[in-house]
Amino acid sequence: MSIGHTLLGLLESGPRHGYDLKRAFDAKFGHDRPLHYGQVYSTMSRLLKNGLVEVDGIEAGGGPERKRYAITEAGVTDVAQWLATPEKPEPYLQSTLYTKVVLALLTERDAADVLDTQRSEHLRSMRVLTDRKRKGDLADQLICDHALFHLEADLRWLELTAARLDKLREAVAR
Amino acid sequence: MTLSAPAGSLLAARDLEKTYGPTKALDGAAFSIHPGEVVAVMGPSGSGKSTLLHCLAGIVTPDAGSITYNGRELTTMNDSGRSALRRSEFGFVFQFGQLVPELTCVENVALPLRLNGTPRKEAERTALTWMQRLEVDDVRGKRPGEVSGGQGQRVAVARALVTGPRVVFADEPTGALDSLNGERVMELLTEAARSTNAAVVLVTHEARVAAYSDREVVVRDGKARDMERAV
Amino acid sequence: MSTRQWARDLALGARFAVTGGREGWTRALLTAVGVGLGVALLLLTAAVPNLLDGRDRREDSRQDHAYAQDTLRPSDDTLLIAHANSDFRGSDLRGRLVEPEGPDAPVPPGVNELPKPGTMVVSPALKELLGSDEGRLLRDRLPFDIVGTIGDPGLIGSQELAWYAGGTGLAEQLGSPTVMRIDAFGADPSQYTEPLDPVLVMLTLVIFVVLLVPVGVFIATAVRFGGERRDRRLAALRLVGSDSRMTRRIAAGEALAGAVLGLLFGTVFFLAGREFAASVELFRISVFPSDLNPSPLLVLLVAAAVPAAAVVVTLLALRGVVIEPLGVVRTARPARRRLWWRLLLPLAGVGMLVPMLGQGRHNGDFNQYLVVGGVLCLLVGVTALLPWLVEAVVARLGAGGLAWQLAVRRLQLSSGTAARMVNGIAVAVAGAIALQMLFTGIDSQYTRDTGQDVSRAQMQVELPDGVPVAPAAAAFEKTESVRDVQALSYGYAYEKLTDDPEEAARGAQLTVGDCEALRMLAKLTTCRDGDVFALTGADYDTDTPALNKPGRALHMQPVGDPTAPQQDVVWTVPEGVKSAAAVQDPTGNLSSGFLLTPGAVTPGVEKRVSGRLWLGIDESVADAQELVRNTAASVDPLAHTSTWVATERTTRFDSIRTGLFVGATAVLVLIGVSLLVSQLEQLRERRKLLSALVAFGTRRRTLSLSVLWQTAVPIGLGLALSAVVGTILGAVLLRMTATPVRVDWGSVLGMTGVGAGVVALVTALSLPPLLRMMRPDGLRTE
Repeated sequence: MSIGHTLLGLLESGPRHGYDLKRAFDAKFGHDRPLHYGQVYSTMSRLLKNGLVEVDGIEAGGGPERKRYAITEAGVTDVAQWLATPEKPEPYLQSTLYTKVVLALLTERDAADVLDTQRSEHLRSMRVLTDRKRKGDLADQLICDHALFHLEADLRWLELTAARLDKLREAVAR
Repeated sequence: MTLSAPAGSLLAARDLEKTYGPTKALDGAAFSIHPGEVVAVMGPSGSGKSTLLHCLAGIVTPDAGSITYNGRELTTMNDSGRSALRRSEFGFVFQFGQLVPELTCVENVALPLRLNGTPRKEAERTALTWMQRLEVDDVRGKRPGEVSGGQGQRVAVARALVTGPRVVFADEPTGALDSLNGERVMELLTEAARSTNAAVVLVTHEARVAAYSDREVVVRDGKARDMERAV
Repeated sequence: MSTRQWARDLALGARFAVTGGREGWTRALLTAVGVGLGVALLLLTAAVPNLLDGRDRREDSRQDHAYAQDTLRPSDDTLLIAHANSDFRGSDLRGRLVEPEGPDAPVPPGVNELPKPGTMVVSPALKELLGSDEGRLLRDRLPFDIVGTIGDPGLIGSQELAWYAGGTGLAEQLGSPTVMRIDAFGADPSQYTEPLDPVLVMLTLVIFVVLLVPVGVFIATAVRFGGERRDRRLAALRLVGSDSRMTRRIAAGEALAGAVLGLLFGTVFFLAGREFAASVELFRISVFPSDLNPSPLLVLLVAAAVPAAAVVVTLLALRGVVIEPLGVVRTARPARRRLWWRLLLPLAGVGMLVPMLGQGRHNGDFNQYLVVGGVLCLLVGVTALLPWLVEAVVARLGAGGLAWQLAVRRLQLSSGTAARMVNGIAVAVAGAIALQMLFTGIDSQYTRDTGQDVSRAQMQVELPDGVPVAPAAAAFEKTESVRDVQALSYGYAYEKLTDDPEEAARGAQLTVGDCEALRMLAKLTTCRDGDVFALTGADYDTDTPALNKPGRALHMQPVGDPTAPQQDVVWTVPEGVKSAAAVQDPTGNLSSGFLLTPGAVTPGVEKRVSGRLWLGIDESVADAQELVRNTAASVDPLAHTSTWVATERTTRFDSIRTGLFVGATAVLVLIGVSLLVSQLEQLRERRKLLSALVAFGTRRRTLSLSVLWQTAVPIGLGLALSAVVGTILGAVLLRMTATPVRVDWGSVLGMTGVGAGVVALVTALSLPPLLRMMRPDGLRTE
């Protein structure tokens, strides 16, 4: 999962302090793994260096935690690009996909598009596997089936999520 | 969406609208398929994918939009014209409940030929060759209630192909089968269709079934999205 | 197993019977109506003995025959009563002239006071008739003032037409058999009551059996309505833990509820029918609702037997079904139906009836148990034979069009269901055909048996003693509908008059009439006024030749009140009596004695003869016969009119046959409704399949035709079988009544036509839902 893109996405709704970013991240995505302050600061400084964010202001008292970050045009483009790029289908990618879907919802992009793009990519892989299975021997068939079933599980999750997008949009907006 | 049917397409539709009571089943859907192509129609329940299939097959007439098959406009054709088209040019496989329970399997397969006026003997002879291809010739004399689900579905596929259709419409053809039987049915269906250069419109919600297709179309909220062409 | 558990299971089943949405209600209602009609018919049957008792009691209490009239002398408590019965447009008209001879004269039951001369009391039905336009004609025949009505105790039926009018001078007519002196109303208990016509009894029994059997079959079918749905429901109950006995009890409870509902419906139908019965007349019989009281024991029997039968049928139907938690398993393909035991029933039926063949109406009673048993076996035999027939025929039905193939295959798979559906129709048609044949046969027998020559005269009027015949003849000549009048007067003359029965005196009939009238009785080569003829050729007539000696004095038999003193009137055989051969008169009799032309009648003789008029009728005149009866009544209230026109009887039977036809049609329609319900149920189950068939281009015509074949084939077989069985039963019944067997093709065609009409109707009514289900909506899975 790309913490950089996630934090960028979170900034899209408006400038935030580092501390705010961590809290927002933890609340939305970090259910069982809260983010370290250090991670936030190192990620932010990388993004700053790449021109994807800028410092919006520093409050009195000094210290890194007092910096307020805002997303740049380049940052917005980067988030859009990331969301539009399908993830390489692999086991347990839901968390990435989930993040993408939620972010799409948060940024009022079409989350269904994200899912459709992903399904298309999955199916492409599955077609290759199915074709290989049809031409291959039993070992091939079993190996392909293993992969197919995993991919199918992803796709089921996609369908399920797609069916619940409205509810998710409400939950995310809270 | 494109304004005219993509070049070389056998069956194409655009701007389809269809309303059932308060629900808008199709709302500007488009679709096209080439000869020999297998296209999966996917989408969540209630998205209108079955309605799209029914429209494409000329079973229902859309409220608006156009459907061309081989250069002929389906939406302006009368019922008997569309029925004749379905009898001779199209084949159908459904999820279940499509075999006439009191007819034997070979009589079921011969049914579309007999609808076209083929004499009984000849129709059953042709039916039997298709049952052999689908490996169900051993149950020819049994009634649908006496054969397994997989066999029954293969009988249904044989029936869909027996008239040598240009397009086969399959609506959840493996919906009632386990995965092994489902795959066997899909393999036989797509192989047979490819060998006769028939196009297959495959409505399914199962990815592993859709994986037998050449490309997929996603229907959501009555709009069809052709993934290959959109990307 | 505890009683409470039983009650709970039964109650659960009962609840299922009436819940389940519109469909459930429709089914429950149909069952209840079917059972209810059966129950009403059963209650009616149970009321018949009481009904007959009531009629007999009333009839007895108003008996006015004098059994010892010779001993009765006029006194303060005697009444002269004269029968003046008549017909009015096919209805019996009971009329009496009464003349009290003292202040204590008996008063008939239902009448408060004897009417004075010129007035009359009438039954309510007659009063209504006389007041209506229809009765205007009758008003002329009864020129009396209505001064009161006859109460129920004096009538045997609510629609009976009866009157009592005050008369005068009846004593002069006492010699006539229709005038009597009585001192009390009511039957002599020692009197021999005439038993009912055995043929009529048999007819009644057969009618009830014929109407009850289809209702029984219908009940059996009705109880199975929605059987498959119920089986699935029972399977669901098995899944949640009810054992197979519990499910059977629940099913029984369901059937029980339907039957009990049917009992309620039946009671309502019966009570409504009882009130309705007061206003109708059938078989010339009308009834009082108060007489239609089924005996409590029989009511109890009906109330117990109907639910029990419903439960038994249900349990029998469940016998071939194993209800498992995961669904219903029908016992694997049932064994091919065997013919031999199915033939036993009808053969047993014929066997029970055959011993009574040729018995006729004159050879005593039919064994009622054998009649009922035989008819029952034959009709129930139809329901046993039909499934075999349908299976055997359908299995052999070969190739045909696609619609035909679909229908035949379906029938092959479930021929039992198909046969069950048409069983009711087949039984009703078989019974109706048999009854129609019987009626037609008996009908023709009645008209043939009279032996009357209706070509010469169609009506006859007998005048009371002493009424001069010439003025009467003149009155009839003037009647619009009379074409031709022949008047004859009859009297008897004896060698000597004696009261001693031991001393048999030789005597001869004297018949007076003009030459034309006399030619009805004899072949007369020449005839002039003043001629006398002696008849030859009558059977056993030795007296006439013996008495035919010129100068022989014959004493005329007195007429009138036998208790009054009489003058002796003598007729002397004249010179030159010619011989003449007797010919059959219009009633088929050969006359004997002497024929006198009016010129040969000596003074006094004309008072000792009574007139009889033979009338040729112009039937084209409206109410031709009623006009004649009116004239007769105006000549003398006691003039008796009879009709020889065969058509009157035929119309009476026509109305019975129409009634039967209507009844049978009603039963058929009821069965048709149940057919429709199961047809629709079956179509709904095939909704998905129908849509699929439409998807790959099946023509609507093909499917419609296959639905038609599917109904028409079993019903066609059922009708064929019922035509055969009905004809056999009809022939056997006709032979039993010693009537020549003639197949009444009209009724066979009529009843099978109605059956076919029901098929057409059921098909037509199931087509709209079929076409609706053939719309692609059925394909939608979402």
